[in-house]
Amino acid sequence: MIVEATGIRKSYGGTEVLSGIDLGVPEGSVLALLGPNGAGKTTVVRMLSTLIRPDGGRATIAGYDVVRQAAAVRSVISLTGQYAAVDENQTGRENLVMVGRLMHLGRAGAHRRTGELLEQFGLTDAMDRRVKTYSGGMRRRLDLAMSLVGRPRVIFLDEPTTGLDPGSRSTMWEAIGELVRDGTTILLTTQYLEEADRLADRIVLLDHGRIVAAGTADALKARIGGERVELRFATEPELLKATAVLGAVHAGDVLSVPSDGTAKHLHQLLDLLRDNGLQPERVSAHRPTLDDVFLALTA
Amino acid sequence: MSHQSVAAALSDTATMIDRSVRLARRNVDTLFAAILLPLLMMALFVYVFGGAISTGTQYVNYVVPGILLLTTGYGAASTAMAVADDMNTGMIDRLRSLPIRSVAVLTGHVAASVARNATATAIVVLAALAMGFRPNAGVGDWLAAIGLLLLYVVALSWLAAGLGVIARSVESASTLSFFMLFLPYLSSAFVPPETMPAWLRPVSTHQPITPVIETVRGFLTGAPVGNNGIRALLWCCGLLLFSVVLATSLYRKRTRR
Ligand SMILES: Nc1ncnc2c1ncn2[C@@H]1O[C@H](COP(=O)(O)OP(=O)(O)O)[C@@H](O)[C@H]1O
Ligand SMILES: [Mg+2]
Repeated sequence: MIVEATGIRKSYGGTEVLSGIDLGVPEGSVLALLGPNGAGKTTVVRMLSTLIRPDGGRATIAGYDVVRQAAAVRSVISLTGQYAAVDENQTGRENLVMVGRLMHLGRAGAHRRTGELLEQFGLTDAMDRRVKTYSGGMRRRLDLAMSLVGRPRVIFLDEPTTGLDPGSRSTMWEAIGELVRDGTTILLTTQYLEEADRLADRIVLLDHGRIVAAGTADALKARIGGERVELRFATEPELLKATAVLGAVHAGDVLSVPSDGTAKHLHQLLDLLRDNGLQPERVSAHRPTLDDVFLALTA
Repeated sequence: MSHQSVAAALSDTATMIDRSVRLARRNVDTLFAAILLPLLMMALFVYVFGGAISTGTQYVNYVVPGILLLTTGYGAASTAMAVADDMNTGMIDRLRSLPIRSVAVLTGHVAASVARNATATAIVVLAALAMGFRPNAGVGDWLAAIGLLLLYVVALSWLAAGLGVIARSVESASTLSFFMLFLPYLSSAFVPPETMPAWLRPVSTHQPITPVIETVRGFLTGAPVGNNGIRALLWCCGLLLFSVVLATSLYRKRTRR
């Protein structure tokens, strides 16, 4: 585990905002911390990136302790915070060269690395414009590029696509996907289930400072059951009769029946209803999404 | 610190100075304010109020040193705002998560502040000459005046940096630094302290700006410097020491993990 945390806790003014979190991220994989606003995601990221100290527990990055060996940790990680950390009044190129110089790449080295990153993030055309003229998506890409200057082994991304339009979001996803292919370890936070589903190998669901579920997207979906067919009827008597015939339960005016998702099963279902003189008004197949997991587990 | 880490710290500081100077140069609003406001004040005092104020000399010759100190106040206030901006956005987290001495961010802003002030001061001096300011100073006097002003500007910039560190927003930084703009009015900058009410006179005499102004005035116009020189020097060195310690320890406190 290149990122490893055991029992990390944090309180602010007597209120516990993180109560004993365990995390492990294998090298080269992507972990998504998924949770609503205020769940404690940023607090975890700030702890692991040495910005704040845990009140209890222990965390290491590449074997270095985040409290006692903070300098060593900083040399292997990079942080892209929740709010873009770019200078509006510098150009994209100047921002990148600045970080390159801070990473002591040397003058030529900083410029070379800047060129590579501008290319990689599609910012070459805009490199000599001041960042204040950039769109939200370009700004976020520059922000990410700035944290890659020193070729970190572990990257923390705090809500990398919050507030972006769908187009910029998918460009950002592609950029993150490319890092994954290069073998970088990523810990990202998100409020979007779709994002976690799409980018992460493993998902940790955080709510009120606690881990409420963890696993692969598929495993989490399996926790709330498989696919279902949902049936709606024109009248209540029909709904009640169908409920009895199928031996299922109804929630409100929807009758939800477990299914394996095949056409054959659907046929059987409808035939059985027809034999009993019933005709559903609407039929829909329902695959559980992470939203369902989320609602089920954080309610 | 080892030889290598000293070199690294110097290199980081140079990088941050580059950055701050570039940002200061491009922040047209504050640059404008730092130059234009003192010019307006000078015109106001020379042409509007000056006639009614009796200082025993040509008023323009009396007021220019005060205007120079006023200029440094305006320049320093925008430094507090620049520091507050970094402290309250993601930038400080980015810098702190890099393997560098992040306090270099303050040094960068102070250096930019000194550069901006030097530019503004030079422009104000040229404008003063155009308005009839006739200094009576040799090269040595000029150098001494410039040296003292520079020391004062460095000290004030560090103080501004400290205010920027504690401010929770750019707006509150600008409010906090208001008194740096206000102090010159309570000094001998515009009127001789003898003309102030008795209760205000000690405030005017025993604040850092008055001896600095009197010394600069002495060097430039040939008025007697007296013990103001040593008082100004002590005030400036004291303020510098206090401000550097204040700014860096507040910075450590604010960024302590
Ligand atoms: N410096 C702080 N002082 C007091 N409370 C804080 C501080 N930082 C975070 N919190 C609180 O901790 C909780 C978790 O915050 P955060 O980690 O930012 O959540 P998330 O990133 O998941 O939205 C929130 O209730 C927040 O108000
Ligand atoms: Mg957050």
